Amino acid sequence: MPQPKGIGLVKGLGVTLKEMGRTMFPRQGVMKLVPSPTQGAVTVQYPHEKEAPAPRARGVIALKEENCTVCMLCARSCPDWCIYIEGHKEKAPPRRAGGKPRTVSALDRFDIDYALCMYCGICVEVCPFDALFWSPEYEYSELRIADLLHDKERLGEWMETVPDFEPYEAGSEAKPRKVPR
Amino acid sequence: MLSVELAYWQQTLLRTVGVLAAVLLPAGALVQLFLFKAVSFMQSRLGPMEAGPHGSLQLFAEVGKWIQKEDIVPDRADARLFKLAPYLVVGTVLLVYLAIPFGPDAVFADLEGGIFYALAASSVSVIGVLIAGWASANKYSLLGGLRAAGQLIAYELPLVLAVMGVVIQAGTLNLQRIVTAQADGSIFGFGAIGLPFAITQIVGFVVFLIAMQAELTQTPFDMPVAESELVTGFMTEYSGMRFLLFFIGEFAAVGALSAVAATLFLGGWYFPGLDHDANYMNVLGPIILLAKILLLSFVVFWVRFTYPRFREDQLQKFAWTVLIPISLLNIVGTMILKVAF
Amino acid sequence: MTVTESQKLAYVAGQAAEARVNLEIETEGMTLNLGPQHPATHGTLRIVAKLDGEQVVACEPIMGYMHRGYEKLTEVRTYPQVTTLVNRIDWLGHFANEVPFILAAETLMDIEAPPRAQWIRTIFFEMARIANITLFLGDMGVQLGALTPVFYAFRDREYVLNQMEAVTGGRFHPNFDRIGGLRDDLPKGWIADTKAVMDKVRNFCDVMEDLLVGNEIFDSRTRGIGVIPAEVALGFGLTGANLRASGVDWDLRRDQPVGLAWNEVDWKVWTHPDGDSFARYWVRLQETREAAHIIDQLLDNIPAGPVMAKVPRIIKVPEGEAWVSTENPLGEMGYYIVSKGDLGPFRCKIKSASFNNISVVPWVTRGVYVPDVITILASLYFILGDIDR
Ligand code: SF4
Ligand code: SF4
Repeated sequence: MPQPKGIGLVKGLGVTLKEMGRTMFPRQGVMKLVPSPTQGAVTVQYPHEKEAPAPRARGVIALKEENCTVCMLCARSCPDWCIYIEGHKEKAPPRRAGGKPRTVSALDRFDIDYALCMYCGICVEVCPFDALFWSPEYEYSELRIADLLHDKERLGEWMETVPDFEPYEAGSEAKPRKVPR
Repeated sequence: MLSVELAYWQQTLLRTVGVLAAVLLPAGALVQLFLFKAVSFMQSRLGPMEAGPHGSLQLFAEVGKWIQKEDIVPDRADARLFKLAPYLVVGTVLLVYLAIPFGPDAVFADLEGGIFYALAASSVSVIGVLIAGWASANKYSLLGGLRAAGQLIAYELPLVLAVMGVVIQAGTLNLQRIVTAQADGSIFGFGAIGLPFAITQIVGFVVFLIAMQAELTQTPFDMPVAESELVTGFMTEYSGMRFLLFFIGEFAAVGALSAVAATLFLGGWYFPGLDHDANYMNVLGPIILLAKILLLSFVVFWVRFTYPRFREDQLQKFAWTVLIPISLLNIVGTMILKVAF
Repeated sequence: MTVTESQKLAYVAGQAAEARVNLEIETEGMTLNLGPQHPATHGTLRIVAKLDGEQVVACEPIMGYMHRGYEKLTEVRTYPQVTTLVNRIDWLGHFANEVPFILAAETLMDIEAPPRAQWIRTIFFEMARIANITLFLGDMGVQLGALTPVFYAFRDREYVLNQMEAVTGGRFHPNFDRIGGLRDDLPKGWIADTKAVMDKVRNFCDVMEDLLVGNEIFDSRTRGIGVIPAEVALGFGLTGANLRASGVDWDLRRDQPVGLAWNEVDWKVWTHPDGDSFARYWVRLQETREAAHIIDQLLDNIPAGPVMAKVPRIIKVPEGEAWVSTENPLGEMGYYIVSKGDLGPFRCKIKSASFNNISVVPWVTRGVYVPDVITILASLYFILGDIDR
């Protein structure tokens, strides 16, 4: 569409000016006259305020130690083999009084090296015993790369931060899941 | 000039300090207000927020950072020229401020050919840029320096021609008298707001603003420092203090040319309704001028962060086929009207 | 496909520049290295340009600085593990990378994803397109010297990524597509949120129209620059928006909609006859709008049902070979999988769009000025990961 020269230039200036106005005066009504860019800007001032990621966000992996049976499935299907598991068998008291003592597997070591992990979620997905969960927590950077190796205690602590699974959208036939608490 | 008699050395000292303040104050103010803040708001972000409340001390943090940085001179560079260039660029800006009046008596040097001097001084900076580009021994810098030279020469002409209109109308080259001419003027007998030449010389004003943008190598005329092609052109190899000097030079130049434009077209230190001979104008004048400088330099930044840049050949074509003919016509028109009225 | 006047002129200028350096030994040319570290290559691509003044005589892209060996890596990984790797090929169009691979594996296994999964796949595919192309729309401004558009691009792209994250858990590497369907279903309220985001995307397109497309300076910088006539584009194997901008009406989404839901909705393939940088920008802008339009329609009637077909727990793909390609944000992307019945592919050939798209650079940059090289590179739009894999 032919338009007189210069219209585009003026329009461009209008866009930036409008955006400046919106950022500086985001409030409504009389308060509109008070500039408050901290509300108008879309950026988040990170260390002072935090962004809340979606509940499904893959932030860090939490381990529910009691559920883990040391089946090694997660360690085997991890694409970069950054899960290290060691376990042993031990006798546990029988479930019912008078029954035979059971043999259960106990974890000696469960480490995830977050320096290697690519946050693909395969381990969480393959775990057949609901022992691994994603938590949207993201603040665990370290000064030394070796400290990114989280052991089972540390992974267990993340369990508190795991949010509940969200309900599904209409039309879904997926089974609702629960986080074991 | 000043009511107290001062020895020559005292006067010189006062002037030096005054010029430094006059250069650094607007430059600092517009970097902080526009480059850090207004532009950030245009991009729906906040800009620096950490140093001081709302990042108001960011400027000092920035200066402190640059001073600490290592000063690198490339091996193959022509070290002496390389070191000289930033001082040349900053120095010329200081010279421009010399001629600008801040009040009826507050002027560093009341030159008879004030405007002529200011424009001449401002064009010296191109030599500094050219030296920087050449001495860096870097292909990008060289291309940047050459582009800068070509561009500054091309836009010097419309800049001067745009000023001609004002000079003809005011009948003087002296900046102080140009200001008083605007303050005393009247629009068909209506003298309440004086006669800012931006009204009669609207064409000249627009041409001046465009040429000024080019002279300052701000987008859309920023090929010499084109970030995405030449990686900041002639400044590529500079670091630390010397880069800071270029940086100050760039924004002080924005302030300086805005000051020239404000003086020529917007009535300088005068504000309608005030008595332009009164003594208080010596205090109020600088503030009024600063406000006008900020207004004009806001436009500079606004345009800079809105437009893409021209190509080198398009820029030359624009200067020679559009700006210069228009400003020549403007001069002819002004002359005819001057004779007619 | 007629060759326009400006196309002819560009070609002649290229020839002339070549002849000048071949015949006249007046000035020594200058060799300018753009990259491997240069803002215009957004990544580590090296472009060696031989200059005569500021005019380019010959210009050659040198790639391989970011080769990560994905084709080899797939041979020692299982199928579920490969999807997480291929996310990283075109890192801006993340989800779109997974789809052709999964489709190829599904072809070999003779599985079809349930309709709900196909629809959601298509939605994500188009969202990946938006996430990818919005950045181009802003970045083109930066390459031409306008700093502000890219901030708007990042801002509005963020909303799209947030929607992706709400479902897949990942902003950049969703790893959401599975052989036989999807990993999970949509969370509640997602559809309504996404509709709001699509409005933002459309608004972004309008802003870009005001800020760049309508801008006379942008116009003069891109019109007639880097003209690729249709025959040449086809000859160099260009795909995607670069090809459509040369006037070739070719879109795999319409012509070969394997296992995805594009056929169910009403949309249009945009082409532009000029083949210059402006056309490439314009086509992509329209495509972003169109993608938002497609998503809106798909969201309205997602079929109910499961998102996962019956698939064995341990995936072994039967022996055979399959080739599937889709219309990714950057152009045609395809996987040729050779399976020997193992847990992972025996051999996997990845065809990515950018590799072909930049092969035209030496042809199209002859005779242009240095700033135009930047314009052309930006308008061809490549992702380094997509070139080197
Ligand atoms: S999320 Fe990390 S630990 Fe888990 S499988 Fe992927 S790479 Fe391995
Ligand atoms: S976390 Fe799950 S998959 Fe991994 S060893 Fe424990 S039970 Fe097995």
